[in-house]
Amino acid sequence: MALNIATGSTSHSAYDLRSTFSEVVEKHTLAVIVDNEPGVLARVIGLFSGRGYNIESLTVAETDHQGHLSRITIVTAGTPQIIDQIEAQLGRIVQVRAVHDLTAEGPAVERELALLKVVATGDHRVEALRLADIFRAKAVDSTLGSFVFEITGTPEKVDAFADLMRPLGLQEIARTGVAALSRGVKTA
Amino acid sequence: MDGTTHMTREMTGARMVVQALMDQGVDTVFGYPGGAVLPIYDEIFQQNDIRHILVRHEQAAVHAAEGYARSTGKVGVALVTSGPGATNAVTGLTDALMDSVPIVVLTGQVPTFMIGSDAFQEADTIGITRPCTKANWLVKETDRLAATLHEAFHVARSGRPGPVLIDIPKDVQFATGTYAPRAGHASRYQPGRQPDPAMIEAIVEAMETAERPVLYTGGGVINSGPEATALLRELVSATGFPITSTLMGLGAYPASGPQWLGMLGMHGLYEANMAMHGCDLMLNIGARFDDRITGRLDAFSPGSRKAHVDIDPSSINKVVRVDFPVVSDVADALRAILETWKARGARTNRAALDAWQGQIDQWRARKCLTYTPSQTTIKPQYALERLEALTKGMDRYICTEVGQHQMWAAQFLGFEDPNRWMTSGGLGTMGYGFPASIGVQLAHPDALVINVAGEASWLMNMQEMGTAMQYRLPVKQFILNNERLGMVRQWQQLLHGERYSSSWSESLPDFVKLAEAFGAKGILCKDPADLDDAIMEMLNHPGPVIFDCLVEKHENCFPMIPSGKPHNEMLLGDASTKGAIQAGGAVLV
Repeated sequence: MALNIATGSTSHSAYDLRSTFSEVVEKHTLAVIVDNEPGVLARVIGLFSGRGYNIESLTVAETDHQGHLSRITIVTAGTPQIIDQIEAQLGRIVQVRAVHDLTAEGPAVERELALLKVVATGDHRVEALRLADIFRAKAVDSTLGSFVFEITGTPEKVDAFADLMRPLGLQEIARTGVAALSRGVKTA
Repeated sequence: MDGTTHMTREMTGARMVVQALMDQGVDTVFGYPGGAVLPIYDEIFQQNDIRHILVRHEQAAVHAAEGYARSTGKVGVALVTSGPGATNAVTGLTDALMDSVPIVVLTGQVPTFMIGSDAFQEADTIGITRPCTKANWLVKETDRLAATLHEAFHVARSGRPGPVLIDIPKDVQFATGTYAPRAGHASRYQPGRQPDPAMIEAIVEAMETAERPVLYTGGGVINSGPEATALLRELVSATGFPITSTLMGLGAYPASGPQWLGMLGMHGLYEANMAMHGCDLMLNIGARFDDRITGRLDAFSPGSRKAHVDIDPSSINKVVRVDFPVVSDVADALRAILETWKARGARTNRAALDAWQGQIDQWRARKCLTYTPSQTTIKPQYALERLEALTKGMDRYICTEVGQHQMWAAQFLGFEDPNRWMTSGGLGTMGYGFPASIGVQLAHPDALVINVAGEASWLMNMQEMGTAMQYRLPVKQFILNNERLGMVRQWQQLLHGERYSSSWSESLPDFVKLAEAFGAKGILCKDPADLDDAIMEMLNHPGPVIFDCLVEKHENCFPMIPSGKPHNEMLLGDASTKGAIQAGGAVLV
């Protein structure tokens, strides 16, 4: 006496995860202030992997030596409900002091640093230098056959610069990920 | 308790562990020794304030600590060695995380200078247990050990309770450091929040006009403590609102109370689920909209406004969007709701509530727990009805394993008080109940502690018979033996074309002989006519008992909300599944 469950239901799973919430995916930048203790970063990253959230970029460094605080800047993407969940889940980690959704809280400055190695000779070399000048990128290493450029800006600006350098001999790129602060007098 | 006054503050790390446990008021530790915790065991040997209970497997140590914690409201403690000791504790830690049980697990670790060298019995305990603890710490300096221990207890019991773990390398246990007493410990972790008065006001306003309200309560009420239970009972009796509860919340409101609807959810009562589906105001107090509760989300209680009180902000709007979110301790929220409601004149929509009660009575008249009785075989429901009748009013604690028997226990046993019901809800850990019953019995030596079990679950931690015998713990193992993995078999029958893949219990032991092999008492019962006498024999025996109750092998657990279905499409019994098939449909209402 088998029982047929109607189509459309998750008949072979105990779970029904169809969301009733908005499906519009937004990109958000979060600033997470944490105690600078071993394992905190692993706990933050484990939360994202364990619960299936995205990390587009993540940077971390100690920002207050006296207060033993580090700042983690995470760029993530998700529906509004997912973003709220990420913020709440981060907030309940014992060593997390504060979570700020910089995207939601108001305008923020976001910057990334990148190093690009361009291997080129002749016209390509000249053109690479000219474009670097336009983008205010600095040549921080040069040989007769190569440059290493340093560029700072939004991730979009770094992308644009990399796209231009690619046909000119871009061989390698290292990016720091996004660091971000809110604009104006308020602090995270 | 005040051990700090007559002792030097300089001591070894191992001594610090014992001192900190005393400082925290711990009287019982469940554990299993091994190379990396020998210094701590040496200290335990040399004192009498803390009792160490030697379990037979580290998983059981953690479940016993859970049973101890849930039946007392205190923090449970387990102590295990490095490597396999720690990995065996993982299931218990995950169980405690899912069910918000405050426990502290101490693990030994290889000495700091050997960490990372793949030493004997080395495991990355902190890495392995990070996702299954609320917090965990590797202590590398003896001077940090006492403060970390105090912080661990604080974190385990604060906010939403949960399991924490401290990994202590052996050289840190041997080395000498300065003990930091509990009194001086200040923690930065202070998760408590007061309820927002405006939100409380909005909830009260909704309560005053609600025509079809229902209280949906969960384990958060019990975790909040006795005051929350008292306030909940006051609120229910003052408003006359009907109340249902999750598996975890049973006992917060008494089963004998007039407003009690019974448990809700996948195997909840018809009247409880129908009330949830049809209500216009849902007050979720300390529950988390688990998938066993909601059924199909987009059809979950479609016509209601929802309030949700939870101490964990991440529970709010996680799966169900609510209209009145309140982040606070349950007792604080209930107190605020009651005070505000009284201050505004203690009003309810009486006429509508009477009509709502009439509707609920009609649902109740369906008698959803009805089963087909038998003169020849013991129906599992009947066994639990008799157990309930013969133990009612006793100082009774019930544990369960996981499966059909667990759901029947939740349906057929009545819980009058909180902390009397220990079951693995979130993780669904087979093998939980027996060690949990050991933890409960140690905390309540004179009480009647019964573990309602299935034979398959029970075998998962049957080695704990040794522990029960060693410490003379009169735990009653009430095994509903259907020689099947009953819930698996039920799903295979209903959803997998009756292909019973590996869901029967082959080569079962003779449970009476098994009991006798451990020096305990075994009782076999297979005739309904003998059941009462057999249960009384179990209750009257002063030691541990394995009660092998041979029950109907193919009984299904109803009511049941099939997965992917809303609350108002429950199956009420085998008869309804038959009818559904003839009709070409799946469900009844």
